[in-house]
Amino acid sequence: MELAVFIICSAIVLSGALGVLIANNPVHAALFLVETLFGIAVLFILLDATFLAAVQVVVYAGAIVILFLFVIMLLGVDRAEDLGIEPISGQRPLTIVIGSSILGLILTTLLISVSGPTGTSSSVSEVSLGGTNTKNLGGTLFHDHLFAVELTALLLTVAIVGAITLARRLKGPLQPLPVLETINDEESLPEDNGDVE
Amino acid sequence: MEVTTTWYLVLAAVLFTIGAVGVLIRRNPLVLFMCVELMLNAVTLTFVAFSSALGGLGGQMAVFFALVVAAAEVVIGLAIIVAIARRQSTTAIDDFSELKG
Repeated sequence: MELAVFIICSAIVLSGALGVLIANNPVHAALFLVETLFGIAVLFILLDATFLAAVQVVVYAGAIVILFLFVIMLLGVDRAEDLGIEPISGQRPLTIVIGSSILGLILTTLLISVSGPTGTSSSVSEVSLGGTNTKNLGGTLFHDHLFAVELTALLLTVAIVGAITLARRLKGPLQPLPVLETINDEESLPEDNGDVE
Repeated sequence: MEVTTTWYLVLAAVLFTIGAVGVLIRRNPLVLFMCVELMLNAVTLTFVAFSSALGGLGGQMAVFFALVVAAAEVVIGLAIIVAIARRQSTTAIDDFSELKG
């Protein structure tokens, strides 16, 4: 049963990830991302992390992907990107080399260890705490990690202020960047320059 | 056949690699951010797998904070993209070279 769930979820996660990788349209990529996030949420449930599974769906699929979709619609960049263009010559072969070396390194490290991953078992196991996953997590969060929680609150405040400052429309007409016209003359496609003003 | 921790780690490794390759080959900054999210999720999965294997809550705690940092990162990143895209119409990452000296 567990094996079947794991295999199905792995297929969902990996197909979603590949979808993000190869989707031409950013909206489709965002929807594929939702698929991957849901698959990971189910894997969390399989690993007895039920609270994190809920948070994964609410925060990632519910907030972050919606934010992505908002920005895609706001900027109107939901037109397809031609993946056939290779902006830097030799980038694709290099990417294949780098990607396969990352994967190869991690997999060798994982599979070479005969007994699998090792580590010392936690002194405070979840079973000894009793209670549900959410209760234990809340207890740990607000007893042992209280300072980190406060720092997190500070980080979120800074992020909100920063986002408002960055995305705020300044008074007066926007000045087009002067450097752009000279730089983009040869590099970018003619239709890109057409709708700058 | 039992699903061991190694299986989850292998899945996370593949997911991380897909995300990394995506960051390297895609040109749309929004899709780049999505690929960064994929990599973050791979690491998250690793944390939870270890947390489950070792019977503690430390890994889940780390995931909790990683989630918050990821949310903050996405908010700031998207604000920067909006600010840039308002000034220039192209949204390809190679054209964002205003800081070039």
